Amino acid sequence: MVNTKISLCGIELDNPIIPASGTFGFGKEFAELYDINILGTFSFKGTTHHERFGNPTPRIAETASGMLNAVGLQNPGVDAVIKDYLPDMKTYFHKPVMANVSGFSIEEYVDVSRKLDQQEQVGWLEINISCPNVHGGGMAFGTCPTAAAEVTRAVRGVTKKPIILKLSPNTTDIAAVAKACEDEGADAVSLINTLLSMRISLQTKKPLLHNITGGLSGPAIFPVALRMVYQVYQAVRIPIIGMGGISSAEDVVEMMLAGATAIQIGAANLVDPFICPQIIQKLPDVMRKYGISDLSTIIGGAHHG
Amino acid sequence: MKEQQYTVKTNEQIASSVYKMVCAGDASVFTAPGQFINIKLDSLYLRRPISISDWNSERGTITLVYKDVGTGTAQMSRMLPGATMNVLSPLGNGFDTTVGGPKPLVIGGGVGTPPLLGLCKQLVKEGKHPHVILGFNTKDDVFYESEFLDLGLKTTIVTMDGSYGLRGMVTDACLNVQADYFFACGPFKMLQALCCTLPAEGQVSLEERMGCGFGACMGCSIMTRNGSMRVCKEGPVFERRLLDW
Repeated sequence: MVNTKISLCGIELDNPIIPASGTFGFGKEFAELYDINILGTFSFKGTTHHERFGNPTPRIAETASGMLNAVGLQNPGVDAVIKDYLPDMKTYFHKPVMANVSGFSIEEYVDVSRKLDQQEQVGWLEINISCPNVHGGGMAFGTCPTAAAEVTRAVRGVTKKPIILKLSPNTTDIAAVAKACEDEGADAVSLINTLLSMRISLQTKKPLLHNITGGLSGPAIFPVALRMVYQVYQAVRIPIIGMGGISSAEDVVEMMLAGATAIQIGAANLVDPFICPQIIQKLPDVMRKYGISDLSTIIGGAHHG
Repeated sequence: MKEQQYTVKTNEQIASSVYKMVCAGDASVFTAPGQFINIKLDSLYLRRPISISDWNSERGTITLVYKDVGTGTAQMSRMLPGATMNVLSPLGNGFDTTVGGPKPLVIGGGVGTPPLLGLCKQLVKEGKHPHVILGFNTKDDVFYESEFLDLGLKTTIVTMDGSYGLRGMVTDACLNVQADYFFACGPFKMLQALCCTLPAEGQVSLEERMGCGFGACMGCSIMTRNGSMRVCKEGPVFERRLLDW
């Protein structure tokens, strides 16, 4: 019998598998396919103060071993999430859920966090300071340690729930950003959001995405994410949620060895909607194969000895 | 939606860069013409959404008609009988044939035509007599004329250059036809032009770049008169009155 349980900011998860925000909606589409209560938890769609349609289409493009998206934080707005989506979610998901908070100003992060803090279902607030697809906000906070610190401090002031700062890889020193968040009271960090990228159509000779640039995700970015988790692990003592191209139980173990306490699965959900249950099913076999009896003991294992 | 394996039975060229692929698989999952499947192809990350042209639940066959327009469809065109594909099916909401009168217009443009064959079979089954108008660029692009004629339907072909059938666009061919309802699938600009010129109510099938095809990623959202909707989930078929064109 192997143990896949891990503890994330004081909340025990049956396993470290967490579908990433923006690839899992509010869970409903997946709850129609399988019992999503087998997940550790999931991070719901990035929520802003007001309803947002997002960017014009095309918002999606293919890349080698991955994809670009420039959705631009489409969401119903925090009041509709609380009034319509969370009560419905109670009928199909019975574990604490991770709320993804997005914004364009410190005030917006604070306002949305304060409202979601009141929701009993919400176990953690994941503060997205790394969306590359919106202008005048999002990623701007996640690329600079002082701005990231400011958001963390402001949100810390309005919630006692664990706050997880979601970090951008589009910065020269992600470890410095993580440290700045930790110093202001972040309970954890999650990384990486997508890498700022683009494609150009040879037929039209114009960018494939209407937004011109988008965020790269999928297996192509796994080694980048792994390296950044490894570096952040050396800089902070708070837990790290690792993500970026994870597509198999082996990837989960590798990311945890780099320093992740839990992991998120993003793009893979879109290509294979059953990827999370498959990974959860295969994880014990992979653990046995590599002589791991308790998953929590391998966190950061690549750094020791 | 299910994850399924389809096996290619036949895969042949039927017009310039256009191929017809008949697959063996569970066809009982489809509930309406206009639904689509999302196909996993070797060496490509994202699945490729392709509409169902026709299906037969008893025989377990699914017909896809697609145009070679990029890496994914080029790969499909090279698949041989016996090859298998991992697909998600069925996806989306198809045409609702319970509305509209006994003689609706069915209008297709280019590779927007395929799902209209399944639609017309359904309409005929319901005792309706659609008038089919299909538009193509040129003679070499024309396909499926005999399939619609075999259903006993009045079928008008138009080509932009006049090399086959009438010369002009489908909107020209629609001008002289009285119809109280229409169904359409084709290029965005054609659908927009139809909605601007036809007084009748109707349904149009839209196309958009998709990430997942089942409503998770919000990649294919469009703004409608009832707020944002996902082409893959609420669509791909929309009532024209929802579209603010």
